Amino acid sequence: MTIAYLALLTAMLTTATPLVLAALGEVITERAGILNLGIEGTMYVGAFTGFLGAELFGSAWWGLLIAIVAGVLAGLLMAVLTVTLGVNQHVAGIGTTLLLIAACDFTSRLKYGGGTLPQIPKFGQLFADVPVASQFLLTYVTFLVIVPAAWYALRATGMGLKLGAVGENPEAADAAGISVARVRYAALAIGGALMAMGGAFLSLAMLGSFTLNITNGRGWVAIALVIFARWRVWPAVAGGLLFAAVDALQLQLVVTPEFAAVPREVMIALPYLVVIIALAVSGRNLRYPGAYLQPYRRT
Amino acid sequence: MNQSQSDRPGRGDMPAPGGLPPASSVGSAGFPGSLIGYDAARASGAGRSGSPEARAVPLVQLRGIRKSFGDLLVNDGVDLTLLPGEVHALLGENGAGKTTLMRILYGLTRPDGGVIEIAGAARTIASPGDAIGAGIGMVTQHFSLVGRMTVTDNLLLSRAGAGRLDRRAGRRMVAAAAERIGVHVDPDAVVEKLSVGEQQRVEILKALSRDCRVLILDEPTAVLVPQDVAALFASIRLLTAQGIGVLFISHKLGEVSEISDRVSVLRRGRIIDTVPTAGATPARLAEMMVGRPTVGVRRDDRDAAGGTELADAAPPSAPPKDVLSVRGLRLAGRGKEALAGVTLSVAPGEIVGVAGVSGNGQTELVQVLCGLAKPTAGTVTVNGIDVTGADPEKVIAAGLGRITEDRHACVVGKLTVAQNLVMEDLPRFRRGPFLDRTAIRAHAERLIEEFSIKAKPDDPISTLSGGNMQKVLLARTLARDPVALVVSQPTRGLDIGATEFVHRQLLARRAAGAAVLLVSEDLEELLALADRIVVIYEGALVGELPAAGADIERLGLMMAGQSAQSGAAA
Ligand SMILES: Nc1ncnc2c1ncn2[C@@H]1O[C@H](COP(=O)(O)OP(=O)(O)OP(=O)(O)O)[C@@H](O)[C@H]1O
Ligand SMILES: [Mg+2]
Repeated sequence: MTIAYLALLTAMLTTATPLVLAALGEVITERAGILNLGIEGTMYVGAFTGFLGAELFGSAWWGLLIAIVAGVLAGLLMAVLTVTLGVNQHVAGIGTTLLLIAACDFTSRLKYGGGTLPQIPKFGQLFADVPVASQFLLTYVTFLVIVPAAWYALRATGMGLKLGAVGENPEAADAAGISVARVRYAALAIGGALMAMGGAFLSLAMLGSFTLNITNGRGWVAIALVIFARWRVWPAVAGGLLFAAVDALQLQLVVTPEFAAVPREVMIALPYLVVIIALAVSGRNLRYPGAYLQPYRRT
Repeated sequence: MNQSQSDRPGRGDMPAPGGLPPASSVGSAGFPGSLIGYDAARASGAGRSGSPEARAVPLVQLRGIRKSFGDLLVNDGVDLTLLPGEVHALLGENGAGKTTLMRILYGLTRPDGGVIEIAGAARTIASPGDAIGAGIGMVTQHFSLVGRMTVTDNLLLSRAGAGRLDRRAGRRMVAAAAERIGVHVDPDAVVEKLSVGEQQRVEILKALSRDCRVLILDEPTAVLVPQDVAALFASIRLLTAQGIGVLFISHKLGEVSEISDRVSVLRRGRIIDTVPTAGATPARLAEMMVGRPTVGVRRDDRDAAGGTELADAAPPSAPPKDVLSVRGLRLAGRGKEALAGVTLSVAPGEIVGVAGVSGNGQTELVQVLCGLAKPTAGTVTVNGIDVTGADPEKVIAAGLGRITEDRHACVVGKLTVAQNLVMEDLPRFRRGPFLDRTAIRAHAERLIEEFSIKAKPDDPISTLSGGNMQKVLLARTLARDPVALVVSQPTRGLDIGATEFVHRQLLARRAAGAAVLLVSEDLEELLALADRIVVIYEGALVGELPAAGADIERLGLMMAGQSAQSGAAA
């Protein structure tokens, strides 16, 4: 049995991109104390509005821009619900996801009926003939710019410090003159933008179109990755790469004769199984952000 | 002698209305400069003389502050003046409204009415940000530090912009502020790993690093051991010498006499009077606070209340000799053992006091006794029943009542007073599968009355003042008539009246034949109540002596780790 390692590596980086973007977005919101279960819906909206934008304006870049705007709006919706109205975060998040997915599906049916959706101008790959390096620009931007920037911002800037304080001890942040609500709004907006970028990567880069259920649970995987990573940036990236590697591996294995007997479903489940095992192993003695799930109200 | 109305500062010598003049001409980073930059004439105007005729512009002038929660009037037209360089103490019973007033000044609570003047100019303080901008710093009753962050990061929190953090400058800032109050603090220490006294220092450093001219300290000594209190007072004196005004809340009259220049007494939301400390005796202050003369519990009261003799005369079906007994108790701790073989027993009708400097195993001992930690070795029996390592539920069922030091951990903040009062006793209030609400309410009303808790049965317990929360815990425990009581720091943060009340309750339990283990850092409390005192040091009992006529000096030596023999020899 031979594994095409270079192909594996190439596929891993591509597959990991949307996961890493979404996980980063979730790291930012959860560090501020907000579990954003709207993540799946936000990714979905990113994928759909990215597709719409690209079709409308004839450019994938326009699609990406519109997806980011939609992601910010989705984040702000979560913010209104959880920060301003103090709605339970589980309810608000799942509600947001259901609402956004339904809205996208509805619009898609309205506009295109039940038929196949058109192909759109999609992003091209850089270094198309070089193995491993042949990736979308967005993948490069994600791993070389966004990830280090997020790591640096969380660790070494005032923004990151305030974010952490709001998520750990909002009373202390408030007493320090920081507006808890403003920081949480900002965190949800930025987080939403990253999640939507992850979604848009699916439609604008990987698929070049849109299909129902395009995100296929990637948002939930990202949530698991964040917990696995204990809210840290680099471990979240590592988790995303691990998931993507197993996913790429199983895609290769299903076409290898040795594995022909293994049911297809088992192979598809493999990366998720890895996530569950990783969570079970690393998920003990977790220390959640101090104000996780807690709305903040001054008394 | 409330001077706030008569002595309005002239507007002529008022600084720019932006807030208080900066403490330092060098800017926020150059703290040592503030000693020079400060206008010495203003400081000496108030100084330790405490003269209300001082010509200095008050740092803070509160006029007619009003605040009510629902139909509870908490601040009822409060006037208060803070002069530069003075320590102004605020005294009052639990629930008098001291914390609320300070929270209003710091922008944490919105007043219903009244005017806040800072350095002579009226200011709206709608948020802590406004307060910080006006040069006000506050150390709250419950610290507001981010435990997982370092000291430096906690200081940077309020001053950082969005961009890169200059942690090196932050460390310098910590060092400079620490120097101002004459302490050393490791800027890279993670806050949650620090002792309570050290955390409080970080809180003060935080306020100072923001160039505050007004420092509010809400019960800063309630959580401190005596050495830390002395260090805090030294720091306060350094600060007032730099012209900073300190608002100081405490229930301990001795401390108030020692550190403050003037005292204002708050009773039911009104300022009763503001007097120079020099002319006020503790007895007079206590009377102003409570509205009647008070006496603390002394040994004579204890003896009058009866005790051992009474219990000895108990019927033959009396419980075994020692109601509470502990043998060879060990508990692993971080690094060294937290408990290193504690053996101890308490007879019915006896109060055994546990003295010691905090952090020597008291907390762990209480946790093990109450079933909150499992010992690595040894046994605990209550009323003859072995409860070693049992759940709290079983320990309670065996007849143990507990009042632990962390009152916030013992109540469920979101539940009401009534629900908290029955929490450990649910089976009694069951009717079929349901809880009997009427019975719970009646029970709560009776206890509220009996223990004079200032609250209604349906108030969420998180809104109660510290003292009243403690009373709820006491009521919950004592209502079950426990045969053995484990009590830890029962009067921390309680006013004089409430302290006296708790002491009487404990003596009453003793008279009724309960075995009481009293853990306290307050030696006076132990000497007044206990029959015997044992001293705990580094997880082991290093000595025992009868409380009557106990030699305080010898106790102190034993607390410092000298065994009874060598202590006596010294
Ligand atoms: N957020 C709130 N909602 C309702 N009632 C409140 C709230 N905060 C305080 N109270 C009530 O206001 C009263 C005054 O409380 P405050 O904390 O100011 O008292 P205090 O003088 O500081 O007492 P202590 O010495 O016990 O700390 C108390 O009866 C308390 O129950
Ligand atoms: Mg208070």
